[in-house]
Amino acid sequence: MNTRRIAYLMLREVGIGIALIFIVALFVAFAPMFASFINITNIFIQISINTIIAVGMTFVILLAGIDLSVGSVLALSTIIAGLFLTQKSLPDSLVIALAILGAIGVGMACGFVNGYVSERWKVHSFVVTLGMLNIARGAALEISKARTMFRFPPEFDAFGSKTFIGIPVIFVIAIVLVAIGSVVLRRTVFGRIIYAIGNNEESVRLSGHNTRFYKVAAFVICGALVGIAAITYMLRLNIASPILGVGFELNAIAAVVIGGTSMSGGKGSMIGTFLGACIMGVLNNGLLLIGLGDFARQIVTGCVIILAVVLDTYRNKASKLLSQ
Amino acid sequence: MSDMDRIEPILDLQAIALSFPGVQALDAVDLAIEKGEVHALVGENGAGKSSLVKLLCGIYQPDSGDIQFGGAHYSPKSPLDAIKAGIRAVYQEFNLLSYLSVAENIFFEALPRRIGFVDFRTLHERTEELLREVGLDIAPTTPVELLGIAQMQLIEIAKAISTASKVLILDEPTATLTPNEIKKLFAIILKLKTQGVTILYISHRLQEIFEIADRVTVLRNGKKVGTTRIDAITVPEIVRMMVGREMGTEYPFRGDVVPLETLLEVKGLRYRGNPQSISFAVKRHEILGIAGLVGSGRTETVRAIFGADDKAAGQLFLKGAPIEVANPRDAVRHGICLLTEDRKNQGLILDMACSANITITDIGKASRGGFINHILESDESKRLVEKLAIHATSVNQLVRNLSGGNQQKVVLAKWLYRNAEVLILDEPTRGIDVGAKFEIYLLLGELAALGKGIIIVSSDLPELMGICHRMLVFSKGRITGELERKDFDQERILEYAFSGYLAKERT
Repeated sequence: MNTRRIAYLMLREVGIGIALIFIVALFVAFAPMFASFINITNIFIQISINTIIAVGMTFVILLAGIDLSVGSVLALSTIIAGLFLTQKSLPDSLVIALAILGAIGVGMACGFVNGYVSERWKVHSFVVTLGMLNIARGAALEISKARTMFRFPPEFDAFGSKTFIGIPVIFVIAIVLVAIGSVVLRRTVFGRIIYAIGNNEESVRLSGHNTRFYKVAAFVICGALVGIAAITYMLRLNIASPILGVGFELNAIAAVVIGGTSMSGGKGSMIGTFLGACIMGVLNNGLLLIGLGDFARQIVTGCVIILAVVLDTYRNKASKLLSQ
Repeated sequence: MSDMDRIEPILDLQAIALSFPGVQALDAVDLAIEKGEVHALVGENGAGKSSLVKLLCGIYQPDSGDIQFGGAHYSPKSPLDAIKAGIRAVYQEFNLLSYLSVAENIFFEALPRRIGFVDFRTLHERTEELLREVGLDIAPTTPVELLGIAQMQLIEIAKAISTASKVLILDEPTATLTPNEIKKLFAIILKLKTQGVTILYISHRLQEIFEIADRVTVLRNGKKVGTTRIDAITVPEIVRMMVGREMGTEYPFRGDVVPLETLLEVKGLRYRGNPQSISFAVKRHEILGIAGLVGSGRTETVRAIFGADDKAAGQLFLKGAPIEVANPRDAVRHGICLLTEDRKNQGLILDMACSANITITDIGKASRGGFINHILESDESKRLVEKLAIHATSVNQLVRNLSGGNQQKVVLAKWLYRNAEVLILDEPTRGIDVGAKFEIYLLLGELAALGKGIIIVSSDLPELMGICHRMLVFSKGRITGELERKDFDQERILEYAFSGYLAKERT
């Protein structure tokens, strides 16, 4: 691999990294509380859920799809997990295991429906997942009778506040998933085919691959990560509720897009997505610290999303020049 | 080969230079084009023809040099500037809007209007006129997405002549046309010429330029080799100027390779929408040509064999045993591969590296336990890149940045990587320069010698006659003729190619 090629590969992530450092520097300068240990730990916890969902969303968007149902599916997953966790008749460890499997299983099942329907009947995933957004939310409300569940096994409730060498365990889960996702995309056959389909699906099909399998699999993976995000969220909140996760899909999509993944598929990376989630989290936290209200923060966040995509077009031009 | 005395240059390019990172696309090119002439521009891929065209059309601006157009300084900043000045081009890539009608496409830039609404009656009348002129028998309201490639090409030409222009640039206009359509195109060109329009004509088909052009300019590596009157030069001389070396026989044929036992047999194949069934077989060591007009069902047939499209009926036999091919995956598993006619959209992944494109047919071979072994992948692709003499800076170069000929070699490489036994190639040399074509012919000969069965669909009849052992002629969805090499005869083949359509008219 020559240096130019490496420079080209790095350009995406480096650009986002620099933007992140710049934003962090601004807040360090203007919000004295920002750099405190407690606040940084806070940011880590705050971005964890979005990061986990965004890892799954990256797979879907790399295939030029979209998953609008992640927020609702997360709520449904918490309810299913909550049903298990509130079973007092079974031993705690079994209950916890069932809850985790249940949450991930529900996520995967919803993802499978999303992927299969959009592939089988060639309906754009935007529409299918919009439907799933309502179905999952409705199912969560129906199953829980619109009630919030709590009083889970003490080991479960306590685990969320644990740390691993000083880092919140929730954030560790997110980082591990980012790392696995990155390895899958960059190093495995599966990841290679995902990128290839995102670039030119017909060409991959005519090379003898079952493209439908990969496209459905991306939604299933996304669903699995939503299930994990649901459990992680419950570790943090110690509740399960059918109204959790409203609007999460938009945060996840924003993180992926800020991270440089193209909505038309084929371009992007897991590291980029992680940096995108960091930018979102740091902005939310920092703007609050310098005294901006909720409304003004939304305006700024919105501007940043648009700015990121506009900048991306320039970055694309630059990388094209470098690749020649 | 001296320049002619300049009578009245309408376009005068002086010391034009254009460069891209790492490439000198045009290097001090002087070119004077006379008013009302048909001026052919030839050269290998990457010689600078397209760059020159894009410069004249305002898509690129020269680094240095000057262009005089009609006696005045000419420096278009956009395609619109060029059209306003009277220079129009028909590009190799089509710029049509698929969901709009033929009429709307042709007049897109200047839809006839009445009190702010589109005047559809005038639009359709003028479109019908133009369609007649280019010899297309379709309704003006037909959506472009329903048209075939040849028809789209003719729509592009109709679009170009819909407005009066002083200079018309045609970039490979005949690549997708049948002999009949080419004849019509030439009639249009001659008519425009009598109207005083100057034509810049770019083509790889050298025979053609002898029919239509007054003068020819040869480019090589961004430099002008020379301009000469067409009657003062021969095809071999032009080829020598283009490649800068003597070419051997144009079509290498391995007389020593003799087809043996049947490799793949197709029985009763019907592709969707075709009532006729097709049966034929290809042998080991054989290069089997499929000739026929565009739209005669050649592409549909090979796509059905490969499982790219659903087939209505038919059975395949590989080495005598029946095989089931429902999709490309099945075909590839049985060692059958297809190099599609649209290599950019169906054969390659343009924004990925050469290596990734090559190994995608059998990625498992370059991986261990689901993980890609990048070193192995790189080595394997390097071997093929070298074997096929693909000009790439490295196996990591994006395929997008390769020339057409090299891109086609990458498509070949990916199927060699898979070690396919039956190679089906659909128009493998379309839009490829002479040098690369020759190398592909050599390679196909070598593959046949190794025992592969090769099926090649081509509209270039001399090419098929040059390299094939045997030829099938398609006409209107069925095989109307089969010829052994010793019986190859251009007129007979054309007769077969038209026969299906004549029979229909009689009934």
